Formats: sequence, C-alpha cells, structure tokens
Amino acid sequence: MKKIISVLVENKFGALNRVATMFSGRGFNIHSISIGVTEDPEVSRMTIVTSGEANILDQVIKQLNRLIDIIKVIDLSAEHHVARELAMISVNYQKGIRSEIMNICEVFQGKVVDITIKSITIEVTGPPDKIDAIINMLTPYGIKDVARSGLVALKREEQIIIKPKKEVTIS
Amino acid sequence: MSQTHREMNGAEIFLESLRKEGVDIIFGYPGGAVLGIYDKLYDCDFIHHILVRHEQGAAHMAEGYAKATGKVGVVLVTSGPGATNTVTGIADAYMDSIPIVVFTGQVPSKLIGNDAFQEADIVGITRPITKHNFLVREVDELAATIKKAFFIASTGRPGPVLVDMPKDMLAKITKFIYPDHVEIRGYKPTYSGHSQQIKKAANALRKAKRPLLYVGGGVVMSNADRELTLLARETGIPVTMTLQGLGSFPMTDDLSLGMLGMHGTFWANMATENCDLLISLGARFDDRVTGNTETFAKDAYKIQVDIDPTAIDKNVKVDLPIVGDLKNVLAELLTELAEKPVTTDFTDWWSMINKWKDACPLEFENSDGKLRAQYVLQRLSKMTKGEAVVVTDVGQHQMWTTQWYEFNHPRSHITSGGLGTMGFSVPAAIGAAFAIKDRPVISISGDGGFQMNMQELITAAAYKLPIKFIILNNSFLGMVRQWQDLFYKEKYSFTDLSKTNPNFVKVAEAFGCKAMSTDNPAEVDGLINEMMEYNDGPVLVEFKVVKEEMVFPMVPSGGSIRDIMVKRLDPNRLV
Ligand SMILES: Cc1ncc(C[n+]2csc(CCOP(=O)(O)OP(=O)(O)O)c2C)c(N)n1
Ligand SMILES: [Mg+2]
Repeated sequence: MKKIISVLVENKFGALNRVATMFSGRGFNIHSISIGVTEDPEVSRMTIVTSGEANILDQVIKQLNRLIDIIKVIDLSAEHHVARELAMISVNYQKGIRSEIMNICEVFQGKVVDITIKSITIEVTGPPDKIDAIINMLTPYGIKDVARSGLVALKREEQIIIKPKKEVTIS
Repeated sequence: MSQTHREMNGAEIFLESLRKEGVDIIFGYPGGAVLGIYDKLYDCDFIHHILVRHEQGAAHMAEGYAKATGKVGVVLVTSGPGATNTVTGIADAYMDSIPIVVFTGQVPSKLIGNDAFQEADIVGITRPITKHNFLVREVDELAATIKKAFFIASTGRPGPVLVDMPKDMLAKITKFIYPDHVEIRGYKPTYSGHSQQIKKAANALRKAKRPLLYVGGGVVMSNADRELTLLARETGIPVTMTLQGLGSFPMTDDLSLGMLGMHGTFWANMATENCDLLISLGARFDDRVTGNTETFAKDAYKIQVDIDPTAIDKNVKVDLPIVGDLKNVLAELLTELAEKPVTTDFTDWWSMINKWKDACPLEFENSDGKLRAQYVLQRLSKMTKGEAVVVTDVGQHQMWTTQWYEFNHPRSHITSGGLGTMGFSVPAAIGAAFAIKDRPVISISGDGGFQMNMQELITAAAYKLPIKFIILNNSFLGMVRQWQDLFYKEKYSFTDLSKTNPNFVKVAEAFGCKAMSTDNPAEVDGLINEMMEYNDGPVLVEFKVVKEEMVFPMVPSGGSIRDIMVKRLDPNRLV
C-alpha cells in the first residue's frame, strides 16, 4: 500500500535529516520526499510518499509525530487531495522527429524548456502516472536524462462558494 | 522587559541555567572545548561536579541518578572523543526512556565541518538515539535551548537530550534571560486519557474472568505505583511486571506473579498465555517479553495504556488503546471502579495460577556445598528485607536478581533493559548513591561486565560513597555461555574468563575500596553482614560461584510458552 503524507516541520537545521534518519533507522520505505518552505518562513512542508503494510504505515505516521520538530502530520491518502509532480525529460533530438516529440509534448500539456541540436528538454507536471506515461511515450526516441521532483500534494479544501472578487480599478 | 538582566558569558549562562532548572549535581570530564565552563565551575558553589574516570561512566551515572530520583541526570563532556564516549549511555537512556541531558563541547563555530581537532558530528551521531538534540548556534539561544532540553527530557515519555555547544558560544557575552516557560509547536504530550476509553476499560475489567495486569517501567516513571497497588488490591487481579516494571508493585504481595518474559516465572508466563483480559500499563510488548507475538496472550482482549502513541500497536495489536499519563489514567479508572466495582470472583483464576506455581517453582540446587549466585541473591534479599536500591549489570546475574531479590519499592531496581549494556551497574550505582542516602545502594555485576567500567570504583572511593559492589564471579561470560550451551552445541567460544580474570580483591583495593571474597556458602551471611555494616566508603565482595549454572525457566528467543525450558534440554531440539 502506498501513502502520501504531508508533514509540516520547523524550518530548522537538521529537520530533513531527522526525518530521513528515522525512516532508515526503522526500516521504513521512502519513495519520494520533497521539501519547501510554506507561507510561514519558519515552517516547511514535506511531502513524503511511502509504502508498507497498514500497521507499518500507522507506525510511520506516529513516529513522524513523535519527532519534536514536526508540527503536524497529515495522512493525505485518507483525504481528498491534489498531488502533482514535475519532471524534466531530455530526449535525443534527431532530424525529422521534432514534430512527433512536439505532439507528445502537447498531448501531455508539457513545455519545451530547452532545445539544442542534439537534445530537446520537456517540462511536464501532473500526477505521477501521467509522468510515467509521457516517459513511456518518449522512451523510443532515446531519453538522455530525467529529473523528477517527487510528489508535492495538498489537501483539497471543502467545496465552498467563492464570492466574485470586487474589481480593482487602478487609477 | 523592564527587568534588568546581567550580562554574562556563555559558560556563566550555562551554570545559571542549570541553577534555574534546580540542578545541583553534574557528572563530567573536562577537555578543550568546555574549558570555559570548567573555569567557572571552579568557583561555583551551587553545582556539585563529579569527576568521573570515563565519559561513559558519566552517562551511566546520570542514568542511575535519574532512575533513582525521577529527576533529570546531567552530563558535561568535551567535544570529539569526550562526546563519542557518552554514546552508549545515551543509547541506553533512549531505550529505557531515562531523562538525561548531555552537554557536549564542540569546536568553535567557524571550524565546524573542517575536520578540526577533536571534532565529531555528535548531533548527527546521536540523532537516532536521542529524544531530541540541539546545536547552539547563537549565544542568545543558549538559555532557551537549555530550558527546552530539560523540558523535552523530562516530560511525556522521558528520554535523553543532547546539547552541543561550540567553544565560542561559551565565551561570547550576552544578557542572561531564562524563559519561564517553553512553547514547542510540535511537542504536546497527552497527559489525560480519553474518558470514553477509560469507561470502556472499566467495563472490560468488570466482565473479565481471567484478567492480568502487565506492568512496565511507565508506572515507575509516572509515579503511579500507588494507583496500581490500589487497583490490584481492590479488584484482586494478579500483577506481572517487566524488567523495568519491577518494584512498582511489591513482589512480596500475594497478587504479584513476579516478572514475565524470557526468564520470567513459569506462572507469570502461563497467566499471560491464558488470561482473557490483558491490561498493559506502561509496557511496550518488547520481544524479550512477548517471544512469538502471534501467540502472545492470543485470546485476550488487550488494553494498553501508554503516554507514547508510538508504543501502541507497535509489536502487538491491542483492542483498546489509551494514550495518557498512567497516574491520571489509573486515577480516573479507579474513580470509575469506585462507582461500579469489579465484583467478579477470581477464585478459579487464582487456583489455575497457583497450580502453575506449584508445578514449576523457582528453585536451585542448594545441598551440595557449592556456592551459587541464586543463593547469594536469596540471602541478600532476606538480609536487606528487600529495602535496598539494587543496580544490576547485564547477564545471568541480572536475571537471577529478578527472580531472587524481592523488590518492594519503585525506583529500587535499576538495570539496563532495552539496550542490555554491560558495564552499566558500577557507574549507575554511583549515580544513584549520590542521591539515595537513606537506603543502601547495592551494585551487582558479573565478572565480565564489572571489567567494562571498573575504573569508576575510584570515583566511588573519591567521594566516599558507601556503595556495596557485588561481583557474582562465575569465571564466564555466563549468559553467552548459556546460549552456547543450549543452542551452539556447548562450544564455549571466547567466553571462558577463568584463566584471565583479574584478582578482583586486589583491583578493588587498588581503587580504594574495602574488599572481600568467598566461595563458601557458609560464609555468605557473614560477608553480607560485614558489607552492609561498612559505611566508610565503597566495599566490594566477590562471590565465586559455580560456572555451570543456567537461568531457568527460559522461553527461547521468539518462542512461546510451549517452548519453555525449565531445565537443560537436548540442544538439538532448538537449533
Ligand atoms: C557491552 C556489551 N557487550 C556484549 C554484550 C553481550 N553479552 C550479554 S550477557 C554477556 C555476558 C555477561 O557476562 P558476565 O558479566 O560475567 O555476567 P554473567 O552472565 O556471567 O552473570 C555478554 C557478553 C552486552 N550485553 N553488552
Ligand atoms: Mg560471569
């Protein structure tokens, strides 16, 4: 079973290391981990993708909560959430296949971010299975390099009706 | 702030902060990175600094002190080797949830990461074995960091905290402001149990026919021994204790089944196997207790009370978890039960237990004129009336102590359980002896483990501590020998110390202790008397005991009660 866990952590020296140490020390799996600062500069958000039996995943969450620097642990798999990953894929560029690659890129709503005579680099975001799919599609052309960000995710807020914003007039 | 705060350097701030925490004793060893503190300690009249002989000794002393008193034990050492020497003690405190704070010196801030002289990344090294640790990066943070360290070490599930202090932090000057409270967003231990869950527990108790209280070190830590005793006595429910739980309930009480687990009593283990309600109080279902988790109390409804949510369901799935401080939870449970008591008659349950007791009592050969460790411990228990603070090491003597010394008070049994650290007893007893003045402190070691920290005898002698050091010398690494005997076809690989043990009496005398030795059962009472009456300083008594003796009963590692060995069996059965 896979689980996505969102962790709010004090933005302190060694915090990421504490989490990594705990995972390795207890033999828990980490598929991906991504970290970045939140709206509060003293707090970072980690998104961790882990897997294991249900009882192990329970322990993962409890052990995360036990770390002093961790403020909040949210089991996103148990909630409605949005999860995205960003990938950059660099593909061999040969004459004549440019439009094919561009087509694939377009279908996946990717962007070309770099192009040389030898390679073309595409940026794409989406749920991990979409990233897997585009990588699959591009593989026959010869992939040179892939960099994936790991998952970032947020809980979906309760559906609320948003009032139309007042128009701002600049005088 | 209108109040004026005195300017001080970091070293002074360190000492003043300890004063604010009510610390009056620290165990330490000087070195380059902490010279600033030692300079101020020289003139300090409110902190008693105990000079140890090895930093591992300091860490175990702090543990012994903390276990004997419930207060935080404090260690001060230098950077690099000073810091790394404390690692075993820190790991030990982590496994047994002992509140200690270890202060380490560090190379100056600007040299960190440069492989500077006596630099070790002690924060990195101890991350997985501390409850939390800190590197002080600004002198302005020093006081607040110390406040946090003590708060974290002593609250919730206690544990070791390390504070690493670069040398320049001790020299820099700032205003001393000691915060009066701490706020850590990510750390809010739960103290009161969920009332609904406690009501359910009371109901389960009222319905059970064969209930059992399974008591761990948490009861001692939360000072809930009175509540436990009330609960047991008012309901008539039997009590079994883990290694760390011993002392929380009097072993001389009829309701006590003694210790359970690998070397627990047969009847405690049978009761665990056959109970229909298991109430775990501050215990953690350690593998030395459960053996095979699949069969452990398999038909019982399981209630688990613990302050640490990670302890719940970790090894064994329970039916009713209660997260909270045991003292509060038990008090609330008692109130529930006062309204509607347990009225079940447990006569049948007790007659089952008594049958197991008769079937397989604890016993040892006592008529061949040879001296056995069990006999020494039995006499020691009788002659001290179970009133001493007993600090054991790790091995056979440790298990025999649980079987033959009748502990009647919390904090009177101190031992390394989780980590199983040989060399623990001598320094831990010293730490306890600095705090305990109204009861004798007795250290019991094997001949192997004694040699791991025997240098601290001189610390005991230097401070004239009236500690009774006992060596149960079986000329072997006895517990390992036992496993080699049972599971490795009697191949005693590197466990025979008979030709290479030192002369323990001479060793003790060289370290300033009075010392005696015997191998004669007839002399045991006399020597114990002499030892107990000598109070001018430390005294050591070596009892030369037979080497072949094994600790029984024994549930082999990972086994169940069905695999219990009550005497030596064919080794091939278990290999
Ligand atoms: C530091 C350390 N090293 C090794 C061990 C493994 N070990 C467990 S018990 C034991 C033998 C202890 O021998 P001794 O101190 O003579 O006590 P006895 O079992 O003979 O009573 C050993 C080596 C340990 N627990 N701790
Ligand atoms: Mg021995």
